[in-house]
Amino acid sequence: MPTPVQTPASDSRGQSPAVGVACRGVEKEFGSGETRTRVLHGIDVDIGCGALTLLVGPSGCGKTTLISIIAGLLDPTAGDVTLFGTPQSRLRGNRLVDFRARNVGFVFQQYNLLPSLTAAENVAVPLLVARQPRKRAIERAGGVLEAVGLGSRLKAFPNQLSGGQQQRVAIARALVHEPRLLVCDEPTAALDSQSGQTVMDLLKSVAVHPDRTVIVVTHDSRVLQFGDRLLEMADGRIVHDTIPRPSIPLSSP
Amino acid sequence: MNWVAWKMLNGDTAKYLGAVFGVAFGVLLITQQASIFVGLMSRTANPLRDVREASVWVTDRHQQNADEIEPISDGALYRIRGVEGMDWAVRLYKGVARGRRPDGIFRQVILLGVDDHTFVGAPRTILMGDLADLRRPSAVFIDKAGHESLWPGEPLRLGREIEMNERRAVIVGICETSAPFQSFPVVVATYSQATQFIARERKQLSFVVGAPVAGVTPAEACRRIKAATGFEALTYDQFVWQTINYYMANTGIPVNFGITIVLGFIVGAAIAGQTFYLFTLENLRHFGALKAMGVNNRRLIGMVLLQAAIIGAVGYSLGVGMAVSFFEVTGRVLPDLRGINIPWQVAVGTAGVVIAIITVASLMSLRRVLLLEPAVVFRG
Repeated sequence: MPTPVQTPASDSRGQSPAVGVACRGVEKEFGSGETRTRVLHGIDVDIGCGALTLLVGPSGCGKTTLISIIAGLLDPTAGDVTLFGTPQSRLRGNRLVDFRARNVGFVFQQYNLLPSLTAAENVAVPLLVARQPRKRAIERAGGVLEAVGLGSRLKAFPNQLSGGQQQRVAIARALVHEPRLLVCDEPTAALDSQSGQTVMDLLKSVAVHPDRTVIVVTHDSRVLQFGDRLLEMADGRIVHDTIPRPSIPLSSP
Repeated sequence: MNWVAWKMLNGDTAKYLGAVFGVAFGVLLITQQASIFVGLMSRTANPLRDVREASVWVTDRHQQNADEIEPISDGALYRIRGVEGMDWAVRLYKGVARGRRPDGIFRQVILLGVDDHTFVGAPRTILMGDLADLRRPSAVFIDKAGHESLWPGEPLRLGREIEMNERRAVIVGICETSAPFQSFPVVVATYSQATQFIARERKQLSFVVGAPVAGVTPAEACRRIKAATGFEALTYDQFVWQTINYYMANTGIPVNFGITIVLGFIVGAAIAGQTFYLFTLENLRHFGALKAMGVNNRRLIGMVLLQAAIIGAVGYSLGVGMAVSFFEVTGRVLPDLRGINIPWQVAVGTAGVVIAIITVASLMSLRRVLLLEPAVVFRG
């Protein structure tokens, strides 16, 4: 069995961060017979809490498949993913759905905000999924929107917000139920540099939480400076695991 | 999540209204056509079905419906009165005559001859005149719609005259009757007077109507009459349904209305189903996002069914409302459509059709939602 790619040995305070996500021998195949394609080849990696982990690589290298498996949206063909000490293989059906609802937050490239809900209502959705009363959920959502700098746009509909604002609403939605794992898929791909920087600053601040793991999938080289850890994938494997150096600021030409 | 489902539906106004319109249009078509069909069929036995006091109807044994009458001899009345278990029995005439105004304008009329003494079979709703005046020479009542048909645009007035079989008839009363199938005016006279208004035949008695004594059911009385006299004897319901069934079996009316009703279902289902399906397709990524966020299939099914139920309920209410308005307006403006309303059975049946439509629409949509992989949200 190959040696797992370990989480960085220590943080800036010299303490070992807790492991949020542990992948062991994760493989994924799609199709069957002659059309069978292996997308992931035995991924072994530990991803710690309290840090922003970037997952990068060219299109088709398996990034999206890997985060889908980590988030519990796809079943691996082989191997297992352990989230905060709970192996996903032990969770099936509604138990997995409930586990995901409590522990995972999602930020999508296309925001996926419901157009007929206001910003506050959109943010409240995960709380409604958790069966919280609507009024209380929307109040709580307002507080989170305040925290991401959108306190004045609570009643705005998505089509009244800029792309950057919509993504911040999406981040607020992903955080409102205080998940331990935040999975972000190309969060800056549809944004201009300024908005992208704002979003990444926000994610960076979110990742500081010692019990939270934040994984950002990106192929936007401008955001690499925000990562505490860089996992580079190619052909279904993690080929490099590094701590990125500060690079060109996102807002620079 | 029901609230989210409602907001999703309400937020896409065009599709929401499109699906509601589809259901409402289908409901309007089905309700309106089914009600007219039921109304027409129930009219086939009019105006005789107004004679509700008679629970036993006796006529020629070969009669198939209330419009093709083979008269029986007047002596039949006494034979039937003599059947054990009969409380009373009287004569009733129904025929068709030609009613001609003094200026020559004429219309075919339905002529009812009610018992001279008891007035069994006489109209119950008298708008003008006194029923006792029927005993005056040449006296007749005419129904309101018939008056309006013979003297269109003129106010209701007693004393007008018509000629039937070259005999003068004086209108001494105006009444309401159940609208007849043929839309002819209904003229009511005493039996002895009515038989003067038609060409003389050897036998003239259309029906003997009566009721059994307490303790003998109409069905039992009919059985005894058949056995004793050989005449056809029917209960009130059997008599009404005999004519309805005749028209159902021997005319193209059920097929024609049936085709329209089926078209209403198909069009309603197609518009509502397709629109709702498109609505679901366009929201698939949102459903995917909700799935990723932890909404399980049971709750998603609940959301989709709620959306479909809202469309069904609003569409049904609108469709039935439009149909009710249609009958309200046409019942006042078009005398031929008076008295046609929406029977509760049609309303309930249409609700069943709507449930079928939204079930089909939901199943099509649910299939896509349930098969949706939540990981689709990461595919841009």
